[in-house]
Amino acid sequence: MTSAPGPLRLDAEVLNVRKAGPYRQLTLVADGVPQRFRPGNVVALGVGGEGSALLGLRSMWIHRVRPTGTWGGTVEVVVDPVGPGSRWLAGLREGAVVPLVGPLGRPFALPRDPVACLLVGAGRGVAPLVPLAERLRERGCVVHVLSTAVDEAHLFAALELRRVARSVSVATTDGSVGTEGTVADVLPELLDRSGADVVYACTPTADLRVVAAVAEERGAWSQTALEVPGPCGTGLCQGCPVPIVAPHGGARVVRACHEGPVFRGDRVRWAALEGAR
Amino acid sequence: MTAWTLAGATFPARVWTASGCGGTGRELAAYLDLARIGAFVTRTITLDPSDGTPGRRVVEVPGGLLNAIGTQNPGLDAFLATELPPLAQQQVPVVVSITADEVGEYAELARRVGASPGVRGVEVNLSLPAYADDSRLGNRMGNTFQVGKLIGTVRAEVPRGVPVLAKLGPREDAVALARACAEGGADAVVLVNAVPALALDPTTGQALAGSAGLSGPALRPLALRAVSHVHAELPALPLVGVGGIVSGRDARAFLDAGASAVQVGTACLADPTAPVRVLDELDELDELDELDGPVGGDRPEGTPT
Repeated sequence: MTSAPGPLRLDAEVLNVRKAGPYRQLTLVADGVPQRFRPGNVVALGVGGEGSALLGLRSMWIHRVRPTGTWGGTVEVVVDPVGPGSRWLAGLREGAVVPLVGPLGRPFALPRDPVACLLVGAGRGVAPLVPLAERLRERGCVVHVLSTAVDEAHLFAALELRRVARSVSVATTDGSVGTEGTVADVLPELLDRSGADVVYACTPTADLRVVAAVAEERGAWSQTALEVPGPCGTGLCQGCPVPIVAPHGGARVVRACHEGPVFRGDRVRWAALEGAR
Repeated sequence: MTAWTLAGATFPARVWTASGCGGTGRELAAYLDLARIGAFVTRTITLDPSDGTPGRRVVEVPGGLLNAIGTQNPGLDAFLATELPPLAQQQVPVVVSITADEVGEYAELARRVGASPGVRGVEVNLSLPAYADDSRLGNRMGNTFQVGKLIGTVRAEVPRGVPVLAKLGPREDAVALARACAEGGADAVVLVNAVPALALDPTTGQALAGSAGLSGPALRPLALRAVSHVHAELPALPLVGVGGIVSGRDARAFLDAGASAVQVGTACLADPTAPVRVLDELDELDELDELDGPVGGDRPEGTPT
């Protein structure tokens, strides 16, 4: 229907599984996906193997991609083993095969000019921000990062962030490392200090709402990446409603997976979204 | 590939998509050639736009999904203006699913949908799980008189050559309802819709805001039984089977039970190529049958485990 290369559906072989704190970092062979990838895209993964009783696909942020290699194109995802599906994924061994659909969703919008950017990630929500930071740097943007988590163990990709960002600030809920506090506690000062024109965020919804509000107050743009709850990730089922203000005014309900997962923070009707959850 | 002609309309293959599982058509077209499937059935369209259920809409349960989408759709005007035209340009027959709260609304929906170019059929959704507990028209399902009258109204508004299909739930009185639909003028009956069910939002422990329906393989035995029962009692009534079909073997079972075509729904959510895969697997089974002689003769027995 469209000439743009769309998402693919393939059986992805697990090339590598690495432990990263409480997370598992999976490298999957997914030829063709890296060429289509933009930071903020997800892949939707089937779980449980053939004949699985778990039908829904799990949407995972794409962390890194490698277009070519001995094994063909690969993508990396970060799994937090908290439910039956994610535990199954985290327990996979090299050589296992996972149904994969992707890349999916609307990615982060990149600024036309080389402006200062602040990237806010919570836990494994940092995963899509690393390739984003690289693209922003290629465009001459100055990149600052705020990495948050409940505790030190759940901070993700600390070293990678230091390589791509001019500054990395850390906040943990328990204060085990960095500032003790939440996004709401540290963001306003950080935004003032960095002078960022755009804030990119991939955090739980409550913090995204804070990011959108703080950015709005200070006249910055915000790009907020919402978690896609499933079950399809492909826009087919309308199972992931997001109430927004339409571009031409008026309230609408769109899909997190298809019109998102990245939304302009000022377009999301956060009270309606959170009130419904 | 076996074409099926129903009330003057031809559907080029026996595998269709099910309502509510193919997006607007555009999303599915990214993964498969729509021209290969028998029909694309739209999400259910209402006269007025609906934002659907707020908050969590889908809960995963073993072998199935509980959906409480709440009939989110742009309303008839916007559907006809923006969604139908690009879909009608695809080389796939379009069947539009409709529902309403009152006879007058059904009549208007049927008249305007039926008159739209590119519409190959109208599927009347008589069994929204979300309405199962209230008294909306079409959900007073015990009332066969009312169901028959409603289908008669729709049939009268839709041009000849555009079949009217009535979609029912997996109810004990499915035979009586199917008979009422047939007497009202339905050209075919679609069995079955999602079954009203309850599951809790795992994060809050609360029931979903909207009434939910169970779909997916967990529903398949109920759907198969409904098709089998209705076909036994009303052998002349064309049936379309739907409910948890994920493979060619599943599709074959519904066809053997008396359906003339099948719809693939929830399977699309797990694998957007599912309709075409099911179609290919079905063709392969048919070829095996031809090679092996009479149907059933040498078909592998039992379910692979």
